[in-house]
Amino acid sequence: MPKFEFERGKMVPVPSHSIVPERDVDSAPVLEALHLGIDFGGLKAVDDFNLTIGKTEIAGLIGPNGAGKTTVFNLLTKVYAPTRGTILLNGNDTSGKTVHQVNRMGIARTFQNIRLFDTMTVEENVKVGLHNTEAYPTLSGILRTPAYWRREREAHERALELLSIFGMQDLAGHRAGSLPYGAQRRLEIVRALATNPSLLLLDEPAAGMNPSETVELMENIVKIRDTFNIAIMLIEHDMNLVMNICEGICVLNFGKVIAKGTAEEIQNNEAVIEAYLGKRKEA
Amino acid sequence: MSMMKCMQNTRARRDLITYALVIAAFAVVCLLQANRMIPRMIAGQLVPICSYVVMALSLNLVVGVAGDLSLGHAGFMSVGAYTGIVAAMSLTEVVPDDGLRLVIAVIVGAASAALAGFVIGIPVLRLSGDYLAIVTLAFGEIIKEIVTCLIVGVDERGLHVLFNLTGSLSAGDLNLSEGGVAIIKGAQGASGVEVISTFVAGFLLVMVALVVVLNLVRSRTGRAIMAVRDNRIAAESVGISTTKYRMIAFVVSAALAGAAGALFGNGFSQLSATKFDFNTSILILVFVVLGGLGNMRGSIVAAVALTILPEALRQFSDYRMLVYAVVLILVMIVSNNDTVKGAVGRLKARFVSHGKEVGTDA
Repeated sequence: MPKFEFERGKMVPVPSHSIVPERDVDSAPVLEALHLGIDFGGLKAVDDFNLTIGKTEIAGLIGPNGAGKTTVFNLLTKVYAPTRGTILLNGNDTSGKTVHQVNRMGIARTFQNIRLFDTMTVEENVKVGLHNTEAYPTLSGILRTPAYWRREREAHERALELLSIFGMQDLAGHRAGSLPYGAQRRLEIVRALATNPSLLLLDEPAAGMNPSETVELMENIVKIRDTFNIAIMLIEHDMNLVMNICEGICVLNFGKVIAKGTAEEIQNNEAVIEAYLGKRKEA
Repeated sequence: MSMMKCMQNTRARRDLITYALVIAAFAVVCLLQANRMIPRMIAGQLVPICSYVVMALSLNLVVGVAGDLSLGHAGFMSVGAYTGIVAAMSLTEVVPDDGLRLVIAVIVGAASAALAGFVIGIPVLRLSGDYLAIVTLAFGEIIKEIVTCLIVGVDERGLHVLFNLTGSLSAGDLNLSEGGVAIIKGAQGASGVEVISTFVAGFLLVMVALVVVLNLVRSRTGRAIMAVRDNRIAAESVGISTTKYRMIAFVVSAALAGAAGALFGNGFSQLSATKFDFNTSILILVFVVLGGLGNMRGSIVAAVALTILPEALRQFSDYRMLVYAVVLILVMIVSNNDTVKGAVGRLKARFVSHGKEVGTDA
């Protein structure tokens, strides 16, 4: 296990979380989605989506294929402009904001089909994530002023520190596109974390991973939440992962929320069972 | 950790080698010049070669680093050339020193081209891929046509500019006073330009362009530009405004092209707008593609080699351009051949492992 040292900068470890195993979910919401909806032509891809995520909550978003899960992520990150509804991030309205502005407000994400900067190195990928936290003007980059050297050194150290979450610091010099699949998924998470988000959206983080990798990923997701003290929302088809680490689960079907609750509540919900397995036949 | 250090060091060393090569080439040419060993043909090409090297570096920033295929780069060169000529000619009396006047001309050329780049960038950078290529091509032609319509003269009352849309006006319509000079005469272009560009100035401009481009690429801004090239959606998702960083690449590139144009323009006594047509844009693109996208050293070598080649092929007289084309095709095929690439890679590996001590020198 790599050692962490996050006392520098904005990332402050919260001892109560890493020591006390009980999940004390902070009640103040980081995200509030109110009556969110989007139409593609005549199709209501997502309709009347309401969700609140606490400051250090791990939330799950599940549902059958085509239920609109990724569309919800795209709405929250403004890849799509919502047709209806409001999104509040830390109490601030995100309407009219673009994708990069919403990221600066505190949402970072990974993608279902991995989107790395393939021709750049692993470290550079993370440094791109540090774009707004380790900032200096273009001109001081061209003239290599002291600000450039200081910020670049900070970015270098911070990038390695972030990579050490997944023990990837030795891969720093490799081309991102040449990494194995699992490492690429982990690098995407590191890059998203580098933007210093208050809410991290993970789109199928365990896709294509074997069971032991998935278990490691589960531990890492919880560890990230505890270390960075942020909220995480994930889309996942691996029910074992979702039921084990998500404090709140939201089930979508045909663009509508059909159930919300804890893992236990979801597992026993009639509507959810019906959505996944079909209607029970009356004898 | 050590691997990373190594990676950074190899990059820094690559850049240092590039600088060293340019300086060495300059020194060799100076030596040859002192001993009068440079053929007349090539001697006249030294300033244009420097201009083309700067053009190749600047276009590589847009095409190689930012990934936007621009086909109108000669347009920015012509903006820089004409504003540079006007600046130099109108300051003849105020600034008698040729070198200082050239510096001012280059700065004016760079600033005007940067402004043109910004104005054109607003509509153009809404597009990408083939569409962007076609629109930049169109803007390159528009700039050429506008310059062809310009009639500019200077006298003690200041600059006189006429816009010759109907084609009926001439330099006489400027109503210049006795001591006035017509600088640009529409389709005829600029004539009577005092030649103030020198090879030393060209070399210095190449060095400045190289520093700007290499430092930019290795900075936060350069990473953002490359991130946008590699994956636009992912770049947006980590808080990078794609429009802003494509614009930065475009404007910096246009400014360098303008500087190259000012150097080029002040190196000839006569210059017509047709010098900066579509063929020139394509020629510069050839330098960039042949040298390798994003490879600045390659761009320099390709620009120098392909500017000298037509002169060196003069002995083939009528078949000159045919030989030139054949050489170009062969080089393209060879440099893109996996077998050849592998062989070069093995040679390089052997050279590096054998010559560790040589490496530390650089």
